Amino acid sequence: MLRNILLALVGAVVAMTGISSTTIQVAADEQFIPMLVYRTGPYAPSGIPVANGFRDYYTMINNRDGGINGVKVTFEECETEYNTKLGVECYEKLKNKGSTGASLVNPFSTGITYQLIPKASVDEVPILSMGYGRTAAADGRVFKWVFNFPTTYWSQASAFIRYVAQQEGGESKLKGKKIAHVYHNSAYGKEANPTLKALANKYGYELILLAVDHPGQEQKATWLQIRRAKPDWVFMSGWGVMNQVAVKEAASIKYPMDHFVGNWWSGSDADVVPAAAGAKGYKSATFHSPRSDYPVHKDIIKHVYGGDQAKAKSNSFGEVLYNRAVVNAMFAVEAIRTAQGKFGKRALKGSEVRWGLENLNLTEARLKEIGMEGFTKPVKVSCSDHETMGPIIIQQWDGNKWNIVSDWISPIREVVRPMVEKAASAYAAENKITPRSC
Amino acid sequence: MFYRETGQFKSSYKADQAIFPITQDRWFILFIFIIAFLVIPLTASEYLLQAVMIPLLIFSLAAIGLNLLVGYAGQLSLGTGGFMAVGAYMTYKLTTAFPEVNIIVIFILAGLISASVGFLFGIPSLRIKGFYLAVATLASQFFLVWMFNKVSWFYNHNSSGTITAPPRELFGVTVTGPTATAETRYIVALAIVCVFALIAKNLVRGRLGRSWMAVRDMDIAAEIIGIRPFQTKLIAFSISSFYCGVAGALMVFLWLGSAETEAFSINESFYVLFMIIIGGLGSILGSFLGAAFIVCVPILLTNAPQLFGLSMPIDLQKHIEIMLFGFLIVFFLIVEPHGLARLWQIAKEKLRLWPFPY
Repeated sequence: MLRNILLALVGAVVAMTGISSTTIQVAADEQFIPMLVYRTGPYAPSGIPVANGFRDYYTMINNRDGGINGVKVTFEECETEYNTKLGVECYEKLKNKGSTGASLVNPFSTGITYQLIPKASVDEVPILSMGYGRTAAADGRVFKWVFNFPTTYWSQASAFIRYVAQQEGGESKLKGKKIAHVYHNSAYGKEANPTLKALANKYGYELILLAVDHPGQEQKATWLQIRRAKPDWVFMSGWGVMNQVAVKEAASIKYPMDHFVGNWWSGSDADVVPAAAGAKGYKSATFHSPRSDYPVHKDIIKHVYGGDQAKAKSNSFGEVLYNRAVVNAMFAVEAIRTAQGKFGKRALKGSEVRWGLENLNLTEARLKEIGMEGFTKPVKVSCSDHETMGPIIIQQWDGNKWNIVSDWISPIREVVRPMVEKAASAYAAENKITPRSC
Repeated sequence: MFYRETGQFKSSYKADQAIFPITQDRWFILFIFIIAFLVIPLTASEYLLQAVMIPLLIFSLAAIGLNLLVGYAGQLSLGTGGFMAVGAYMTYKLTTAFPEVNIIVIFILAGLISASVGFLFGIPSLRIKGFYLAVATLASQFFLVWMFNKVSWFYNHNSSGTITAPPRELFGVTVTGPTATAETRYIVALAIVCVFALIAKNLVRGRLGRSWMAVRDMDIAAEIIGIRPFQTKLIAFSISSFYCGVAGALMVFLWLGSAETEAFSINESFYVLFMIIIGGLGSILGSFLGAAFIVCVPILLTNAPQLFGLSMPIDLQKHIEIMLFGFLIVFFLIVEPHGLARLWQIAKEKLRLWPFPY
């Protein structure tokens, strides 16, 4: 009896695996990029569009151009469940794959980024934590192997305050206002707090910090506090299932949604759709357009999905986080292209790609060539500034789609940069790193 | 045929009370030691060491700690993750405050602090028993993790609340931090685990272990024959938390390199509890077997499709892995409710009679 059940189970597993059995091959001269993804668990709503965006952009580059200057991009996914331990395991598994090892790694998790930062310099694999991870890594003198352009949590928080000031009618109006920060109680969620505190001292608003524990499905107490304190603005650093719960809770206490602003990880389609009409008016920061009608999108439809719009849509095509992953994949590809300009058109090592990241100069003209004009802003990385402090823009959900509702807002550099340098030098002292001179 | 003790005569009490009274067992253990100390560090890839062997050792240590408390003293505890967090955060605080002190000493000190915290949370155990005690220890898990998240002093006031292992040397070799090689970290973890496993084995064979087992089997009877339940239980809590604390310290310093409180969530407590249930309650060997099962099987299942040259969507693969893992747990518990250690024991009994079982 037991044996029969066992046999049946084994048979079922074999049958399921047989459905899509194609073998992965990493041939000689191919640029390998590891992909740490999370398509399962409580963070899957955020993780799936991201993973699909990376996959589609790299596939499009291979199918349209035959790779980066003829060097094919290969990639392999590894499931992390947004769990730092699994993330490190995935990194160890993938870092030596491909002919030259991992070119660069996009952890897509602040927790995993923190784990990988010390390893990066030893393994010589650069980290591109685009708009997440350790903010202090913006100081390239200390963090040689880590890049977090186009902008960071601290810059974003300062730009958010600037946005609030614009809406309220000037920085002087911030005095006496109440601003709540609802954050994921982890390294990621806490990132914005120091900036918000520093700015609270500068502008005299009252800051209310409200932590939400992993994974964030239970937020009744948090929103009860908001109902009692009646903050003028609510800023949120959420991720995964936490976002949709927060938007629903905010709608249920009838908080004015246009004063509820998520950071750029709290503003995708999956975050607002579950709250239906209640989510209307919810805003979030972003650093690229939410639209999906740029030439690059047409190329993805054409070269990845063979013109099949419906199939693309079912693969989260055009969602905000999908677009974000496309931007991230584009940065990776352009950095490799930059490095190829110096080291030759072949598969590059991690250390060579690092040079490419540090000397990346994406101009408006270049963005136009790759079909992303107006999609995102130009970026110029330098040895000392791995962040570039790019501007952000506010988008708003109208019940059907995201619309841009503000101009590009620059971060408050004179507040953020000294804090970055201070944090970086503290890190350098603790870990005995001698900063490079730039 | 090969595994029988005929002809091995014990001429002293000492020989009779040895941990491994049978010669073949001693050879076998020596063989395991040679593999663990020489063959694995020389041949294993970095991935194998980093993703399999080091976590296996660390979780074995935590499982031994919990097994002393649950398996031997019979006090059900769900606070393992919290005690591991105490060990990790205290190691971080101590080593950043006193960088010149030997890291092994720091591990022990952090373990002692963890032991005193365990002592405190063990006090209710005199009045509360069984599942109710589990709920009480659950409070320690949530309280400790909350405290390490809330009080920024524990992570030196950095903005993210993450603790990072700074580079520390032992006999001139870097053993912690990013520059330490996987081989050194593995050897250090292995040495620590061996020493503590030996101590644990001797503890449970001695007076203390016997009084724990007496309390576990029937506390009133134990009290009547002169064992003080309060002291016995508190010692069990302290020693167990010491082991868990050291395991937590090793987890951050020799394995992960940096961590936030999420690494010590309630899931860790459950994992360690599952390890000792699957491995065998009241068995040191069982702690190792259980840890090996829980650590290795998911990794094996994750890598299995590629070993067979199959490629399937990563989410489907993960879901199959979770289902299979659950199935295997149920399977082993049905086949042998007393755990893998008991299976091993049965195998040894059978081997003694082989090839002529009667």
